Amino acid sequence: MAFVLSQERERELTEILSRYPNKMAACIPVLHLCQNANGNWLSPDAIQFVADRLELSPAHVKGVVTFYSLFNEHPPGKHQIWVCRTLSCALRGSDAILEHCQKRLGVGVGQTTADGRFTLRTAECLASCGTAPMMQVDKTYYEQLTPEKVDRILAALSKD
Amino acid sequence: MLKRTDYLTKNYGKPDGFSLQVYESSGGYRAARRVLTLPREAVIEEAKKAHVRGRGGAGFDCGTKWSFMPKPGGGKPHYLVINADEGEPGTFKDRTIMEQNPHAVLEGCMIGMYAIGANACYIYVRDELHLAKQRLWDAIHEARAKGYLGELPFGNNYPLQIYVHTGAGAYICGEETSLLNSLEGRRGEPRLKPPFPAQAGAFGCPTTVNNVETVAIMPTVFTLGGDAFSKLSDLHAWNDGGVRLFGVSGHVKRPGIYECAVGLTLRELIYDLGGGIEGGRELLGVIPGGSSCPVHLPNEVVHVPNNPKFEMFNGKSILDLPLGVDPFRIVGSMLGTCCAIVLSDAADPVLAMQNLMRFYKHESCGQCTPCREGCGWLERIFDKVVEGTATLDELDQVHEIASNITGNTICAFGDGAAQPALAFVRKYREQFEDYILGQGRSQTGRLAI
Repeated sequence: MAFVLSQERERELTEILSRYPNKMAACIPVLHLCQNANGNWLSPDAIQFVADRLELSPAHVKGVVTFYSLFNEHPPGKHQIWVCRTLSCALRGSDAILEHCQKRLGVGVGQTTADGRFTLRTAECLASCGTAPMMQVDKTYYEQLTPEKVDRILAALSKD
Repeated sequence: MLKRTDYLTKNYGKPDGFSLQVYESSGGYRAARRVLTLPREAVIEEAKKAHVRGRGGAGFDCGTKWSFMPKPGGGKPHYLVINADEGEPGTFKDRTIMEQNPHAVLEGCMIGMYAIGANACYIYVRDELHLAKQRLWDAIHEARAKGYLGELPFGNNYPLQIYVHTGAGAYICGEETSLLNSLEGRRGEPRLKPPFPAQAGAFGCPTTVNNVETVAIMPTVFTLGGDAFSKLSDLHAWNDGGVRLFGVSGHVKRPGIYECAVGLTLRELIYDLGGGIEGGRELLGVIPGGSSCPVHLPNEVVHVPNNPKFEMFNGKSILDLPLGVDPFRIVGSMLGTCCAIVLSDAADPVLAMQNLMRFYKHESCGQCTPCREGCGWLERIFDKVVEGTATLDELDQVHEIASNITGNTICAFGDGAAQPALAFVRKYREQFEDYILGQGRSQTGRLAI
């Protein structure tokens, strides 16, 4: 089925285009817009849609999608979790936090839980070194984590 | 010398401290209002007097950078682009400004745009910083509603527009030319220089790329006056002026961001501001300003002969050398972003190196062969060291591989990966050899205390 945006998102796309001197510059913001509208992933149809609307080749758009780590080419779980593992977090126990997440969710890094609720990932430095260890869930930072805090966060997200 | 200041941070943590109303009630937007009535050249001259060294890591003088822009009216629009792709391991200062003082960023952008003859500015924020993006957009809407941004800012016929642009997860986009490619809707691969951005930057037009903190401090510069601002620093005589944000993370009791006059030392940052080493441990090493800087041991002594400026520092510990762009460059180190990572003796330096090299391997954009392959080779060698399957010959190869990356790539990422590897292996040679000779046995075997 061809990819379409809601009227509200179409208005947003028009507003995004107005910020730049050419259409290509809107590529990354419009990919974000489409990914948000599509359950957090970019299907081949969505890539074709962006190419058509921005007058780019699908190869260019696909090249952009594959370059950046936050564009998904496959559907992730309902909630995406990124545990930061770079040095400042590692010095304050991110390994234990990651291990705890794996145990609680029963999945490895890069995997999605069987109920499709959580995808567990690692991240490189998320600029939260002073409040390490930390993880990002969807659009929210959770900082100064302990295993107990992780349990509370996961329990709250399991209910919604 | 430790001198706390609060020019950027006075409204941090206050309720609505990020709002236009709070910003204006503490003197905000007065500087931009005045600057927009001055001749452009006078603005650049004033900025030069402040000696604001770029806060993103390279330490280039901001006023001088602005002066490289061609005169407006050359037929092409000029652009100001703000590098808010903060992602250097250990660095978390720009995020605090965008989240807690977004109007200082905007006011700085307005001053910068006027100085370089630009009417549009893009703030390139990494996608993960959702709160920062939201606070910046909210601030832009507030400023537009007040008429501070738009066609007639403060009633002056000099249109100003600021937009937030998002990345999508790539450390390399913090490199200015790859940031420009990313802004243009391309893969974030660095460009060859020349042409420099001031000649052909965003959309082929003259562009200045500034760090978030660099522009955010500009309202303070124009409130105090360039010379008075510069003199707040202990390193005024080194053309390294004013105040800046210092960060400290890792094994200290009070990790965080602290605003101080330039001239603070690592010892003051770690022990006075950071509260000292956690858990009654000793200091093993400190990376002064983001992971691409070489690590320093506490027993390193400054020795720079035949340089009169260094007479007062020679023989002192590196921990007592003021954190300035030039002092750290001259001793063969790098100041970077002034956000230090502290390792106590509970941490295993071999695991720290392995952790950092995994980062560089993951983030190399893959455009240049020495970096793409070299980072992978280094990562594999460090993995083998930790597993206990490496040989001493392979450890020596680190020097060869790192030297072959250095200077042989389009951008500075390769050097940024190679330098920490060289420093760690040279300074913690014994611990690396312990791993190899002990088939993977180590003194601590962990990073966390």
